[in-house]
Amino acid sequence: MVGRALNTLKVVIIGAGPAGVRAAQTLVAAGVRPTVIDEGRRAGGQIYRRQPDNFTRSLETLYGTEASRAQGIHDTFDGLVDQIDYLPETLVWNISDGRVFAVSEKRETTIEYDALIICSGATDRLMPVKGWDMAGVYSLGGSQVALKSQAVSIGQRVIFMGTGPLLYLVASQYLKAGAGVVAVLDTSSFIKRVVAAPKLMSAPDALINGLKFTLALKAAGVPVLTGIRPLEITGDVESGVSGLIFETGAGEHREIKGDAVAMGYHLRPETQLADLTRCEFAFDEKSHLWYPKVDEDGRATTANVYLAGDGARILGARAAEVSGKLAALACLKDAGAPVLDNEIMALRQDMACWKRFATGLREAFPWPAEQAAKLPDETVVCRCEAITAGELRRTVNAMGAKEANRAKAFSRVGMGRCQGRYCALAGAEIIAAAAGIPVSEAGRLRGQAPVKPLPICIEDDEAAAAISTVRELTK
Amino acid sequence: MAPRFYRLAETGRKVVNLTLDGQPVAALEGDTLMVALLSAHGHLRRSEFGDGTRAGFCLMGACQDCWVWTEDGERLRSCSTAVSDGLNIRTNPPEVSWSDVL
Ligand SMILES: Cc1cc2nc3c(=O)[nH]c(=O)nc-3n(C[C@H](O)[C@H](O)[C@H](O)COP(=O)(O)OP(=O)(O)OC[C@H]3O[C@@H](n4cnc5c(N)ncnc54)[C@H](O)[C@@H]3O)c2cc1C
Ligand code: FES
Repeated sequence: MVGRALNTLKVVIIGAGPAGVRAAQTLVAAGVRPTVIDEGRRAGGQIYRRQPDNFTRSLETLYGTEASRAQGIHDTFDGLVDQIDYLPETLVWNISDGRVFAVSEKRETTIEYDALIICSGATDRLMPVKGWDMAGVYSLGGSQVALKSQAVSIGQRVIFMGTGPLLYLVASQYLKAGAGVVAVLDTSSFIKRVVAAPKLMSAPDALINGLKFTLALKAAGVPVLTGIRPLEITGDVESGVSGLIFETGAGEHREIKGDAVAMGYHLRPETQLADLTRCEFAFDEKSHLWYPKVDEDGRATTANVYLAGDGARILGARAAEVSGKLAALACLKDAGAPVLDNEIMALRQDMACWKRFATGLREAFPWPAEQAAKLPDETVVCRCEAITAGELRRTVNAMGAKEANRAKAFSRVGMGRCQGRYCALAGAEIIAAAAGIPVSEAGRLRGQAPVKPLPICIEDDEAAAAISTVRELTK
Repeated sequence: MAPRFYRLAETGRKVVNLTLDGQPVAALEGDTLMVALLSAHGHLRRSEFGDGTRAGFCLMGACQDCWVWTEDGERLRSCSTAVSDGLNIRTNPPEVSWSDVL
């Protein structure tokens, strides 16, 4: 792509969250007309997700302390629409040979690119608990989507359980909106937060907001318990959730009643698309996550592929804006455009601050890997196909399937229609514990096309044929 | 069965009529199909692996737990499908075997 006139450079950006929007803005400012593809109906991504046009709640109601940032992202994007090729409601389902395969309204499009900037964001990270396959259990992020984009609560008496900043944020948003919040149960102990405080001070306003959420919950009389371990979500397979049994930090067993559970343990990156470009991944010991390898500015190990936002590293929305800019500048630089080193240096410094803050969050709200070994055998691990921890352990023991992709083939965990998004990380912990190996050796589930199930009837025959070939190959 | 979702605001919108397994459901314009159905009903479908009823999980198009079907057998991901007047939804795929759907 070096030496190409910038106005002929074909750059495709996947994702119109904070990272994708800032990447697009940076490219447009340099004279490039990028293509921006997003599965969502409106731009904004997860945190700045917009409500439907006929809703009337204010930005303050929707985004709280982040209202002006939300406005900034939305206004920037709306101002760019004439200078980019924007494909909303379009799913990228494959990337191969310098082309992006996308589908919308059952129509297939193929787009060639010189450079690709993937800003695919994150989804909730989950640890199974007995009973989490019942109706009425939702991911924490999902429970926020219900409120933010649809103005509904997931139940009348909601139990919030898991760990991470989102736990307190979403519970306090529910409280403020008038929903019933029964309790906030955090698997991380309070002392961890105290120890992580110096690192969290790299973003003092975010730290203070977090404290305010907790205080608001306590002031409203909501029990906020730390250092707990969930034992079982109770209920009935027909009518759904009725409560939760957990162990307190002091080791007592308690039961609380509720008609919904919102659960999550921070976030995991969406990396299937990066995987399809065949870039290299590395295991991060601290977070127990596999991340695509990137350099300081977001270059992946595959040429002309750049990664930004939470899909590259879970660093939060503000870092996503910075890394989106950096990735676009890296792309421009690689194309031979004049880029100021000062600008890059300043952005790298911002990133260093967000990395420190994210390290603080990770230490304050650790992934409870140790729960995996303790899950009772009858706990469903794969919600898609109701495969239990016991079945997964049996494949490991009986067949010696110690590597996640092999265990997947034997037990089908990770082969269901969420393609491992909600079971793969916990599945790897269960495999590792059963086999007595470090989780890094249990490997990772590789991304496969189509990255999400496609509509059944694709109109374009040629594309339909291509899709069925892919399905055959990936069976 | 009791509804699963409760509306907290934005209730002054235009009513949109649909049916769920033949029963009328009054939704609001701007609802996703999932919100429309779960504001009236306790679940969306039944797990084909025998572990009971399902009502979605992620609300962001990632888990695929929220599938429902039209009368013609078209599969819809209800958390990312907007409601429209006159939709007739089924909680079971009509005469489509599982292998056709995957
Ligand atoms: C459900 C949820 C709720 C969150 N809420 C908050 C919050 O309230 N406060 C907070 O500080 N942080 C929140 N976070 C974290 C926050 O979302 C991120 O830090 C931030 O949004 C990251 O920005 P991003 O641009 O990297 O990705 P995102 O904002 O996630 O944007 C990624 C975009 O990529 C699109 N995309 C992904 N894959 C494809 C594909 N294959 N084809 C087409 N499009 C695709 C998605 O539709 C999405 O719009 C939340 C995360 C989640 C998952
Ligand atoms: S609820 Fe997860 S895809 Fe719809």
